[in-house]
Amino acid sequence: MKRSWEGLKLIKRIDGRKFDELRPIEAETGVIPRADGSARFKIGNTEAIAAVYGPRGLYPKFLQSQEGAILRCYYNMMSFSGSGERVRPGPSRRSKEINLITEKALFPVLDLSEFPGSTVEVYIELLQTDAGTRCAGINAAAMALADAGFQMRDIVSAVSIGRIGNQIVADLNNEEEHHEQGSTDIPIAMLPRTGEISLFQMDGFIKQNEIQEVLKTAKKAIIQIAKVQQEALKLRYKK
Amino acid sequence: MKTITVTHVLASLEKDIRFDGRKFDEFRKIEVQYGISKKSAEGSARVKIGDTEVVAGVKMEIGKPFPDNPDEGTIMANVELLPLSSPDFETGPPDIKSIELARAVIDRGIRESKTLDFKKLCIKKGEKVWMIYIDAYSINDAGNLADAMGIAALAALQDAKFPKYDEKSERIVYDEKTKKKLDLSQLPIPVTVIKIKGKYLLDPSLEEEKAKEARLTITTVDNGDIVAFQKGGNGTLTEEDILKMVELSTKKGKEIRKLLKNEK
Repeated sequence: MKRSWEGLKLIKRIDGRKFDELRPIEAETGVIPRADGSARFKIGNTEAIAAVYGPRGLYPKFLQSQEGAILRCYYNMMSFSGSGERVRPGPSRRSKEINLITEKALFPVLDLSEFPGSTVEVYIELLQTDAGTRCAGINAAAMALADAGFQMRDIVSAVSIGRIGNQIVADLNNEEEHHEQGSTDIPIAMLPRTGEISLFQMDGFIKQNEIQEVLKTAKKAIIQIAKVQQEALKLRYKK
Repeated sequence: MKTITVTHVLASLEKDIRFDGRKFDEFRKIEVQYGISKKSAEGSARVKIGDTEVVAGVKMEIGKPFPDNPDEGTIMANVELLPLSSPDFETGPPDIKSIELARAVIDRGIRESKTLDFKKLCIKKGEKVWMIYIDAYSINDAGNLADAMGIAALAALQDAKFPKYDEKSERIVYDEKTKKKLDLSQLPIPVTVIKIKGKYLLDPSLEEEKAKEARLTITTVDNGDIVAFQKGGNGTLTEEDILKMVELSTKKGKEIRKLLKNEK
């Protein structure tokens, strides 16, 4: 099937960014005193907060694992945080999918074997959204886990890589995600130190020979994001 | 069994001292921040009272009016006590605590104060009216969520601007906000007073909330009129209690009102 935008060339981005340029990032830890760990991550107009509780008791008992604590993530968009009508409260099919991929994105850096039979819970709330919400949620959650003091072999950083026309771009905003030339959204999470990938999804269409460019663009973005996350974590212990 | 902190709260009150050193009628520092979800919500606000933090947002939709009020729009208030904000809250549908806050603190204060003229929310009689959704969320629970939520909901309404309504397609264009605001004629402020050992405390901390015998949330408007009461707790109140609590709440309500935008 030939797509109508095949061969079209993107000259510049809607908001004037370079193709591989991220939106402005703000990051902060310790934003929720009652939680065991917490963080805020804002990229452009997408803003997530995350809180970690645990390890704590887990019931019903059949959920318990003797190999270590289990990790449960809960992603939620606040009702007023959508770009159109009010988002109905409560879990949706979409949020449940994001819960799952968030758990899988974060689990590889954690060692929860010291806490068998218990659970570590990560709650992610979106205050406002302009695309890239699952990645912002993962970035906030990784910082919150580090803030809670869990042993981690790396931070996890996530970014959405897009393809608009024939151009690979980093960190799509909402307008780009609904670009008239058709667009592709590839959320990726990585361990910045080793380059291992813990989240890889795609919604759209790319050519096989573009995969490497996608990953190269992602890696570059993730190194920048990781730096901001790590600075925010260090700031908490500076006087 | 009482926890250690509750025991301490009670013991210090015997000596006329509040556990965290505040005066009985003293609030922790209140901060109000408008427009915390500018990209998405029609109006939004964050309120902090000490370590307690809540956010509220307003979304506007078009709906069919109720048959008994065909020329009036309406408000819908919803509260979520997020498990993100406290180890005591769990995931799942709203429990009775959040329903009480949504109905008795946010909805009642706004509705009964008539601060919003529902008739002005009518687009076409009997067919189309604006529905104003107010959603409030706890971010960190360090006591007195009720007052924080009531103030945040009000601030979010003050912040709200109507999105563009395209008459041709009869749809809302959410990307385009107009300059038209919701006219609030009153600022209904809820102030909760708790009673412990014959003493009245404002802005209860978590420990004080656990130690309380009874609480009364009183919502007052600019001229001191009362628009809502909500009594809680297992204990009882006397006539004397209620009169004293109203006095305390009205006085504090006036001070809090000054922290909000005054657009009249």
